[in-house]
Parts: sequence; structure tokens; C-alpha cells
Amino acid sequence: MTAATTTPTPPRTGPRAAIAAKTLRKDRWRLEPTAYAILFLLFVGYVAWAAWENADYYARPYLSPLYSPCLASICANVRAGSHIVHPPRVGFIGTWWAVSPALLALIIPGGLRTTCYYYRKAYYRAIWRAPQACGVAEPHRRYTGETRFPLILQNLHRLFFILALLVNGVLTWDAFESFRWPGGWNMGVGSIILTLNAALLWMYSLSCHSCRHIIGGRLKHFSRHPVRFWLWGVVSKLNQSHMQIALVSMVWVALTDLYIRMVAVGWIPNPRFF
Amino acid sequence: MSYDLTLNIWRGDANGGDFAEYVVPAEEGQVVLDAVHRAQATMANDLAVRWNCKAGKCGSCSAEINGRPRLMCMTRLSSLPQGEPVTITPLRTFPIIRDLVTDVSFNYERAKQVPAFTPTAEQPQAPFTMHQVDVQRSQEFRKCIECWLCQNVCHVIRDHEENKEHYAGPRFFIRYAELDMHPNDALDRKEFVQDVQGLGYCNITKCCTEVCPESIKITDNAIIALKERVVDAKYDPVVRFFRRRRPRSASSE
Amino acid sequence: MPEETYEHHPYDVVVIGAGGAGLRAAVEASDAGAKTAIICRSLLGKAHTVMAEGGIAAALGNLWPEDNWKVHFRDTMRGGKLLNNWRMAELHAKESPDRVLELEQWGALFDRTPAGKISQRDFGGHRYARLAHVGDRTGLEMIRTLQQRAVALGIDVFMELTVTDLLKDGERIAGVLAYWRESGKFVVFESPAVVLATGGIGKSWKVTSNSWECTGDGHALALRAGAALLNMEFVQFHPTGMVWPLSVRGLLVTESVRGDGGVLRNSEGKRFMFDYIPEFFKAETADSVEEADRWYDDKSNNRRPPELLPRDEVARSINSEIKAGRGSPHGGVFLDIASRRSPEFIKRRLPSMYHQFKELADVDITKEPMEIGPTCHYVMGGVEVDADTQVSRVPGLYAAGEVAGGMHGANRLGGNSLSDLLVFGRRAGEFAASYVKSLGAGRPKISEADLKRAVGEALAPLQSGKAEENPYALHQELQETMQDLVGIIRVEAEIQEAIGRIAALQARATRVSVDGGRRYNPGWHLSLDLRNMLLVSQAVAIAALERQESRGAHTRDDFPMTDPYWGTQNIVLELKAAPDGGAPTLTKRRQELPKAPPELAELLEGEH
Repeated sequence: MTAATTTPTPPRTGPRAAIAAKTLRKDRWRLEPTAYAILFLLFVGYVAWAAWENADYYARPYLSPLYSPCLASICANVRAGSHIVHPPRVGFIGTWWAVSPALLALIIPGGLRTTCYYYRKAYYRAIWRAPQACGVAEPHRRYTGETRFPLILQNLHRLFFILALLVNGVLTWDAFESFRWPGGWNMGVGSIILTLNAALLWMYSLSCHSCRHIIGGRLKHFSRHPVRFWLWGVVSKLNQSHMQIALVSMVWVALTDLYIRMVAVGWIPNPRFF
Repeated sequence: MSYDLTLNIWRGDANGGDFAEYVVPAEEGQVVLDAVHRAQATMANDLAVRWNCKAGKCGSCSAEINGRPRLMCMTRLSSLPQGEPVTITPLRTFPIIRDLVTDVSFNYERAKQVPAFTPTAEQPQAPFTMHQVDVQRSQEFRKCIECWLCQNVCHVIRDHEENKEHYAGPRFFIRYAELDMHPNDALDRKEFVQDVQGLGYCNITKCCTEVCPESIKITDNAIIALKERVVDAKYDPVVRFFRRRRPRSASSE
Repeated sequence: MPEETYEHHPYDVVVIGAGGAGLRAAVEASDAGAKTAIICRSLLGKAHTVMAEGGIAAALGNLWPEDNWKVHFRDTMRGGKLLNNWRMAELHAKESPDRVLELEQWGALFDRTPAGKISQRDFGGHRYARLAHVGDRTGLEMIRTLQQRAVALGIDVFMELTVTDLLKDGERIAGVLAYWRESGKFVVFESPAVVLATGGIGKSWKVTSNSWECTGDGHALALRAGAALLNMEFVQFHPTGMVWPLSVRGLLVTESVRGDGGVLRNSEGKRFMFDYIPEFFKAETADSVEEADRWYDDKSNNRRPPELLPRDEVARSINSEIKAGRGSPHGGVFLDIASRRSPEFIKRRLPSMYHQFKELADVDITKEPMEIGPTCHYVMGGVEVDADTQVSRVPGLYAAGEVAGGMHGANRLGGNSLSDLLVFGRRAGEFAASYVKSLGAGRPKISEADLKRAVGEALAPLQSGKAEENPYALHQELQETMQDLVGIIRVEAEIQEAIGRIAALQARATRVSVDGGRRYNPGWHLSLDLRNMLLVSQAVAIAALERQESRGAHTRDDFPMTDPYWGTQNIVLELKAAPDGGAPTLTKRRQELPKAPPELAELLEGEH
């Protein structure tokens, strides 16, 4: 009989069960990440092309959201299509900015979506494969998550959220402008598209996790802040559909640009109801 | 109505192992744990399996069923593809003890590191006056039955053993969120959870939420909320600016 | 065979069991300065307490200021058919409010009243809404809070360790022998004080709400160590367990369903409980549907619905309805809350019930009634202990919670279990620690011979090598025996038959052998548990035969009336060495019930 005193539950680091397969899932787990990867690549590809074009983003009275707010003075650089009567507002930045102004305009919405908690989940899974699906081994040898540069910058999400509210203001103004015509009012397919676009972007921003936190999530006592508690409830409801809103608003932005672009180059007419 | 069900159960220990096949009679309304018990009682008396309540309340019978982390007692046979064998393996993230039983002491060690609930100076002694709206966020996290499925599925440690040193895992993030949202808790654990417990390793890919048998919205309601609170304390440029002018805690109202 | 080696751990107090009582005892002992260890058979936080749903009964008076310990005392004693140990019932009623507040102090988050106090809910047998709760997962909240408290205090927890024997030095406790489930290796705890907090015995019945851990280990350990068991015939059948699918038969459906407005109906759609109001409770029970329905909102002017009679009454009534052929398709009756409360209310108040039926039975309880029937739930009997200190007859051996007897008399009220764990867990821890202090240097010692014998017995199932009996098969036979012959309704001939069958099973159990080695071998574990289950089942059967009356949870078809003589008698069981020096046998004895002092006795009289 030997005497030994040990701790009750010594932490052990033995080997794991020797199971060679990277996953034993039998369902079609590849479907979702693949579908998202295709969608994101299509979207990024289209936006990159459209933003680089630096043309055909205005068809009176509609301005593509990819180019709004139109900051550089080369915003005047619009191909004079058959429908175009006057160029959009001239920007503030001046003539030194040589490439497409969309590249400036897209910093904020791009930053917002890149640091968005939903998109992070989606692209970490679909593009970065960390992990591709639950219970599927990821291919990377090391993993440090969001603890160091550059991914630690994901913590700036709320900064983009606040700036995006300003952008939403501008896009709302664009939607309002889409109802105006020199000397009167306008109502066309484009007005509806732009209005919906602005609405979706508001919903996307307001349903975001940072918004939910700022509006009320950070409080310790809801009972002392009834108004913020109520607002938090509203945002929390919206937040449950954050993913759907994120995807719909993203696709809608691209479609809005596409519509204006097609009108601008004259591929389709620009119907006005009045 | 009884039918024959084929189970492929991983059997072995730290020295290795392999799948063993058992064909057991199964009945309508049964769960995976029933079938495993049947195999144990009639064909493999020494089949190691951890279980307790068989009612989804204790969180003991965690395993991976057809590659997905589940509670065996809450997985109905009818929810699995019919006519196909059912594969059952132990939790992958933790050291194997035997058959379906793993050594989950990692989690109990992490539990010891949580700075305990500490009442505020305003209400140091129970009974506390606390309102339902103020306790219900934390109550959601206290539904946790500690089945460790979220810990097991989280790729941060599932695929990277070396991260176990730096990372507490989803179960403990909901614990820290619970304490941070407790209406009468005085401690600030935000820097601790970020710097020592590894909150930053989480890349919010939501597998923890996907496997939670209690349907706790781990990611949306706890981890993201906690990340945002950490931003308040550590990263927010606006808050930092104001804090320098008017020194006070970021979490106070 | 190489010589067995053991791990040795010296402690002041060893607590066996990490449910509510065990954790509370350990916290108290540790606070009192004793070096304390907790031993649990499962992982920490998985104990059966986690299954408790409804709430913790404590006369906080948060919703009904009229409520106080005296009313709680009266309810408890009347619910127990006055067979309770009056002193325990008194301590319980007086101390439970403080114990609940302690949990809040340690971080528990109970549901709140509009004023921000701990909310309380209605339950069977309680005059006022009295149960502090968190939805329908109160046990989880309690065990988590205590577990976190124990961890914060740095108490050593030995997980997945099973105790096989208590070791003595003369009359006094000297330590504990246990084995790691993982490795099968033995561990010896040298400790002069041991707190049994091992919970119940339900795993000896076929239809039970209990988990595999409820094998009566503590009852059996106490008997073998020379302590006595009290009133083991009182085994509570909870009226509402699931009946379908078979896989989950017996799984608990919380009494809160009825507390929150649910009613029982038979296959004809009739609220049958109005037909079963016993004389004893006539004065405090509503006799019309209208009055019963008004009670939920106005307790001062209306009497309680009969669905909220104590559990023994409701379980028997359900049993009668089923026997009369008015049962549901799967052999239960209907529990209906869908037609009485809104889906939102049901989901908010009863989330785990909603989830449980949805996941396991494909039943949406906000739309359809549940099918339920009685299920073995709780044992009122247990180790005979001193009311104030929880010490058994063996110096150094304490018992608290379900394993201790006396507190609940012939029938336990819902919600009184969790408060029992807290009140008497704390007391056991406190007095165990002070007992150890009083010993000074004169601590008992473990004898090498005792240790060798105990280890030999524990290893027997692995060494016979003949594979004559399968422990799983024996367990199943025991469950069928107890279910069929010592169930809700009992009769002499059947109990006699059960005693015979248990004896036969005990003989066969000595020939059990299992495959595999000692490393995490459930077959071996069950073989050892089986020995305890058989001893405890035997105790239940002997006591059930002895008590020739019907009272509380003990119903004798051949003695259907409550007998005033038996209302003064406890039945005590002990293991006594056989005169011829053979194996010790279980012997029974009647013992006078302690009488309540006049000032308490008068609380029990008349209407309130």
C-alpha cells in the first residue's frame, strides 16, 4: 500500500480519440459555404468592376449608390447619354483625385460590411474556411482569430456603423432627388428602386449588432431606461433578421447600380410614371 | 413497431481504437441513447458511455452523431436518415478516456478561473431589488446545462490544441456575459475576458449557437454583446476621447 | 494478482454527493474552516438536483404577506400526514427563506415580482404561492449557484468517483473507500466526518423520473455502517410523468403545469379530481370548477383547486381513473394547459416542458393536452438522523437531503425538497465541521483489514470469470419486481412475493460477472450499484409489509384506512449480525414518533 496525495482532478492532456476522417458529417455541409462563396465573389467582382468604370453611374435623376456621396470633382465625368441632361452634384475633394470617386465612396459601406458580425461569420466560413462548417476540420495550421493585426481592427465596426448612418443620410437624399425633375416632379422605376435601396440600407445599419449595443445593450439596468429598453427591443427584433437584411440589401445595391447603368448607356428606356 | 438499427460506435482509448458495429432492435419514439443502452446491455457490457438524466437536463451524454455534436438523449432516431447506419463518436476536442467518454476537465479548470459574482456596494446583502427586465438576459445564459458541446465544436480549440492555453471557449463567454449583465454585480471582467480568457480568438462563426441543445443564442446575445462591451472598455476611439476628459468607467451609465 | 495500491487523501469532512445538499454541506463545512472534499459519481453539476423544475418552497411572503413559517410548517406537516419529524419541519420552515436569499447572494437569478423581489409560484399543498423559481429549471439554477460557490471557495471536488464503503474505527467513522470510474483504481479518504448526500432510490423502479445515479447508495452505505433507516415504505409517485413514447416513460412533467393553471381530465374530458377530494383536505379544497378557477387570482376568498392536492392524493386518483378504463390511449390521463392559458404564457412559464414535449413526443403543449401518469419520484424515508445536527447513530456520519428520513413524513410537498437540501445540507456541514474540531488529535484510524475486505468485495464481479449473471438483466428484473409488486397500490401477498424475489436476486447478484477491465467499465459499476439497490429495495418491501395502514404515499389495498395507531409509529430498519455469525440481516422495529410541543401542535389543528 503506497501513500500519495494528489489533486482531485489533475488536468490531463492525453491524446484524442484516433479518428482519421476530417469530418464524419453525412449531410450536404458543403452546400452553404459554397453558395455564399459564389455569391460574395460575384458581388465583389461586380462592384469592383462597376466602381472602377468611373462612368455610366448617373441617369437623370438617378445616381448609383456605389458613387454616392459623390466626393471628387471628377464626378462631373459622366458620359453624356441620351437621357442625361445635367451632371450630378460636383464633389468637394477637387481634381487631384484621379481615379473613380466610387473608390472613396465605398470605403464606409465596404468597411461596415467587412467588419459586420454577420459577414465575418459568412466569409470566415465560406472564403477563409475557419471553419467551413461546424464539426469540419479547418485546413490552417495556426489560428489566432481576431487577437492581432489586421483582424483586431474588426473591433472598429461601430466606427463604420456611425459613419454609415451619414452615408445612409446621403443615400436617402439621393432617393428624394430621384423624385425631382427640372421644373417639377418625377416618379419612375428608378425612384422606387432607389427608395427601396435607402430603406434596406437603413434596416441593415439599424439591425446591426453594434447598433443594438449602443442603443441599449450596453446598459446594466434596462429598468432605469425605459425608452432605450424599448428601442433595444425593436433593434433586437430587427437584429434577428440581420443576416437576411444584410444579403438582400447587398444584392439590391448591386441591382440598383446595374439598373442605373443600363439606363445610362441606353440599353433600357427610363420609364417615368409622371 | 420494431426494426433493426445499425450503430457504428467508436471504441478504444488513448492507445487507439476503431469503429465497432452493433445491430440492435429499435422502436418508435426512441432516441440514440436508447439504442446505445441496448447495445450496452445485450452485446457490450463494458461499452463506456457517460449519461445521467436522459431528459436533456444534465448535459452528460454529449457525443458526435453522424459527425454532429449532439446530446444522445435528445436525438430521436426518427430525425436521422432512415435505413442508414448511425455513426457515434466521442467528443473530438477532448482527450479520450474510453469509447464514448472523454476527459472534459479542461472546462472545469476554466471554471475555476472565473472571478465570482460580487455584489455592488449599493446592495451588498440579499434580498436584492432586481427587476425582471434586468435579470432576463443573464437568465438566458444560466439555462446552460454544461454539456460542453459548444466547447467541443469550437474550431479554435477543436482544430488547434495549442489554443487551449489561451482560450476559455463559448460556455465561459456566456458566463462572463451573464456576470457582466447581472444587475447587481460590481466586478469588471472585460479586460480579463479579452486578454486572459481569449475572447479575441472567437471569430463568431456561430457553431456554438448551432449545437446548443438549450437554444441559447450564444453568439448574438453573449459573445457579440461581450465583444462590444470589450470595445467600450478597450478599443472605442470615441469613448476613449471622452474618457480622457471625464474619467469614469465605460460601463457605468 | 499484484497487490492493490491506493491513493490516500486526508480530509476533515468528506461529502458524498454533489447535489443540492452535498454542495451546501460542503460550502458550510469549508466556511467553518474544515478541509473539505466533495465526491461525486458524475461530473460536477450533473446531480439529480438539476432535474428539479418547479421551485424552492420558502415562506418569503413576497406575494402573500400573510405567509409565514407557521403556515409553511402546517402545510408541510399536513402534507406529510403528520408523520413528519416535527422538529425538522419546524427548522425547515423557519430557515428556508434565509437559505433562498443566500443563493441570491451567491449569484442566483430568480424570476422577479413587479416590485423586483423574488417571485413565488403556487404548488400542490401550499396555502400560498411560495415557490421561488426560475421558469421551470429551478434545480439547475440552484445546483449551478452552489457549484460556482463551491468552486469559488476552492473546495476539492473528486468527480466520477464512486464510494463503495464507509470505513470505521470502532463505533466511529474513520474514512471512505472509493474508486475512480475512469481507471477503476481505489482511493482512500481518511476523514472522521462523512456527510451522505446521495439522493434517492428511484432507479429500482421501472417507471421513474430518477436518473441512473439514484441507486440508494447512501441508504445502503449507512445501513452497512450501522446506521438505521426510517420509514422506507414511503416512496412518492409523482402524479405527472410522461407516458409516451416508451423511451421517455416516467420522465417528469413539473407540478408547475398545474400550479400555473393546468387541469387533469380523463378520456371523457371530465375534470375528475373533484371526485377525489379526501375528508382530510375537504375544508381547504374547492368543490366547484368556478371556485377553483377563481383561486388563481384571489386566494383569500377561494379554496385551492383539487388538482393541487398533495401528490399522493393526485397520483392515486389518476391511478383509479386509469384502472376504471377512463385513461388516455397510452395508459395515462390528460394534463391540459393548452385550453386554459395562452401560448405565450405557457412558453414563458414552462419553457423546458414545452421543449421536452416538442422534442421527445412531437406534442405541442400550447395546442394539445399532455398524456401523463404516475412515476416513481422521491423517497420520504431515509437515514435516521438527529433533527438539529443531521448526525446518524454512527458518530461522524451525517446525512442530508433525500437520503435522510423524517422531514417529509408520509408524503413530501412539491418544492419542499429543494429547501430541505439547503436547510439540512447547511446544518450537516456545520455540525460535521464542529464534530471534527471537537476531536482534536484523537482521530479515528482506518484498519488495513477493513480496507482489504472492502476492496475484495468491490473487485468480486470482475474476478469470478464465469459470466453467470448479467448485471443489466438483474437490474431489469429488480425494476419489474418493484414496479409491479411494491408500486403505488400495495397488498400483503404481493409484497411477500417481492421480498422473495429480491432475496433470489440477491443470491444471483453474488454470481454477477462482467467483461472488460477496470477502466471505465459500466458493467462493473452497475454490478456494484446493484448490491445497494437490492438492499434498499428489500428495506422498502419490509417496511411496506410492516405498516398495516394507508397513509400518504403508502397505500395498502388490504388496509385502505389511515390508522391512528400507526400515526404514532416510525418503522426503523437496521442491519443486524445474524445470531449464528452469518451475513447480517435486515431487521425491522417500531419506534414511537416524537411528539410536537403544544405550541406547534396547535398550529396543526383547525382551519387556517
